[in-house]
Amino acid sequence: MTFTNSLELLSFHWVAYTIYSAMILSVIAWFGYNLTREKAKSVVRIPFYWYMAFLVAGGVGHHIFTYNTIPWVSQDISRHELSNDATYHFTIQNHKWTLPSEKIVVQCGQTINFDVVSKDLIYGFGLFRQDGSMAMQMQVNPGTTNDMLWTFHHNAIFDLDSTEYAGPAMYDKHTGKNLMKVKHFLEVVGCEKGAK
Amino acid sequence: MSFTKTLIHGTNFDHKGLNALQKVTLRAVVMAFLFYGLVALEGMIMRGVQVGPQAKAIMPEQFFHPEHFFSIMTVHPIVGIFGSTYQLVFAAFMFLVPYLTKKPLYSIKLANFVWLMITIGTALAWIAAFVWQYAPLYTLYWPLPADTTQFSTIGGIVFIIGIALIMVGTFGFIYNIYATIFARVGIHKNKTTKELLISGFGVDGLLNLINKLRGKEPYTKEPALALPVVAIFRGTVDTFLDAVVILGAGILVLIYLLADLGGVSLDVTAIDALLYKNFFWWGLDLVADGLVLIYVAGSWYLLATLITGQKLFMENVARAALMLELLVSWMVWSHHLLGDQGQPEMMKLISGEMVTAFELLTQGLALFITLVTLWKARPLKMTMELKYLLGGLSGFGLAVPAAIIQADMGMNRVLHNTQWIIGAHVHIALIVGLYMTLYSALYVLWPLVTNNTKMYSSKLSNVHFWMHLIGGIGMGAFMGMAGLDGMLRRHLYVNGEFNFDMLMAAGFGTMLLLAWAIFLFNIIMSVGLKGLVGIFLPAKDKTASYGLDPEDM
Repeated sequence: MTFTNSLELLSFHWVAYTIYSAMILSVIAWFGYNLTREKAKSVVRIPFYWYMAFLVAGGVGHHIFTYNTIPWVSQDISRHELSNDATYHFTIQNHKWTLPSEKIVVQCGQTINFDVVSKDLIYGFGLFRQDGSMAMQMQVNPGTTNDMLWTFHHNAIFDLDSTEYAGPAMYDKHTGKNLMKVKHFLEVVGCEKGAK
Repeated sequence: MSFTKTLIHGTNFDHKGLNALQKVTLRAVVMAFLFYGLVALEGMIMRGVQVGPQAKAIMPEQFFHPEHFFSIMTVHPIVGIFGSTYQLVFAAFMFLVPYLTKKPLYSIKLANFVWLMITIGTALAWIAAFVWQYAPLYTLYWPLPADTTQFSTIGGIVFIIGIALIMVGTFGFIYNIYATIFARVGIHKNKTTKELLISGFGVDGLLNLINKLRGKEPYTKEPALALPVVAIFRGTVDTFLDAVVILGAGILVLIYLLADLGGVSLDVTAIDALLYKNFFWWGLDLVADGLVLIYVAGSWYLLATLITGQKLFMENVARAALMLELLVSWMVWSHHLLGDQGQPEMMKLISGEMVTAFELLTQGLALFITLVTLWKARPLKMTMELKYLLGGLSGFGLAVPAAIIQADMGMNRVLHNTQWIIGAHVHIALIVGLYMTLYSALYVLWPLVTNNTKMYSSKLSNVHFWMHLIGGIGMGAFMGMAGLDGMLRRHLYVNGEFNFDMLMAAGFGTMLLLAWAIFLFNIIMSVGLKGLVGIFLPAKDKTASYGLDPEDM
């Protein structure tokens, strides 16, 4: 099992967390109901050490699971030793982007290195699909390196946006329009999956 | 009794019969719930804006302006966390520590100073945002709070003074708590500082466990401090560290703003933004992952024992776990920096992922111990305090795993700074988990603090419970879903981009606001308007303890 993009991961996450939420609320409701009953018996006996082992397994196992199913984790950790197909440099100052080009077109399966520099405040760098869902993001701190490798497996057109608040000057004073959003900035082509 | 008469005089509340400790507790509680109403209103304004153009028909245009919107977003957590939650928790603990240790509170004057400082400080921070629209958000990410091209210098100074006053009040609370715990009077007359320290840090629980494993006699059969006091002792260590960090950051910002006022422009790049972020999150995270979790665990233990009238299940394990939580809470801040590429990978892995996962263990343990203590005492009557306690347990049962899921390098890449974390984690943890625990404590303490005042309506109490529970979970859930759809948390959306989720969140948020109004009405009808005013009048009885025979003091 491998998630090839954030949509697949978030859908899985939505289902898993919804099931968990329903379960924990039901357990507490059932527990509360039985607290008031004189003859209520335990349906299951949960031995303390097994319960603790379950929590440890859950806490650690979650990271092992994501490391093995989400490809960008290992790629991110070892990004400085990996090669890439293209590097694009971005600069942000006074809430304005200096972009490598007006639009970037990426071929399916290409690994891109995004290198972003902030000259003043803390910003963010995020790519968003046309339905508003987020593909990925990172923080952009002034004075330190902000680079990220990303491999694209689905056709899509992405908007670029700052994902961190850097003051109200990011927006038009009267209309509230986001001035840092760059529509249709990156397009992925040549994949079998994704929007044509 | 007629409605008007009850509104004025309450049920059977007599403020003249309250002693100094009861009055100072109630003063802070009143302020805390007024601030809660303000924060709920602010939340609804922001939610209304995010709904989009439809909301423009019923909301003033200025709410949609970025300066206004983000100034509300800046003070929303300040009013909520400090003005409301801190006040409520501090008030409860300054009542409980004397009550549980059977000693008088160190200083009533200091307790009055605490609620006044927090109230004035919160009001100043709010005024700075309202008048000057100072809006660097509670995160104060460097160098944004010192950016005088975007913000008014005077506004910034007023805001920082407000935060500083809150922290000064916090130090007052800390001093009062430790001075009370370490006072060698009453049952602690013959205890040494070392004995109280060992018990306060939960070391006696750990030594008892070790001795049990080695087949030896317990280190102590009667620990010097009751378990809830141990939790308060431990959590207050984090409260202190967190206040030092926030005050330190405030002083730094103040230096830059005062220099600007004097016509000197200091170089903001002299402070490394990422290093500052580490320092600030280390301190700020001690609120979320330190004192809140520890105070909550202690409150659950106290409530479970008071509701059941029995000893806590696995008390020694609980004591030792509180000590473990000390170490865990100091080492988890990197989960806030998983999206920062300059942060060392090892710190992300160890602090951000692995140590953070320990919180699942410590909080899961507290949940388990509380549930088993309740279960062993069944059948129990489903009282208001038990209902709220179960609500609080549900809140953390939902919110803690939501955070652990995100404290992961893979998930964080697509969830960081989205509405997921602020909705499914923070709002559910605070509104459902923490507040329902606090409501449970309120119902337990109500007869003690008000001298057995009859609650006006148990029906209204029940309506409040269900509306708060459903409203809190519903609002957090739809905010979380918006986050999964890509909605950012510190962002302005004026075109209704996430219209459906925000409409639903606004609907559930309205339930929360109504629940608060119902609760407030029930309380006012219980104490009456006269009683409400009377709480703020000086107490004739200067006693700084509750339920103590003067000969024991």
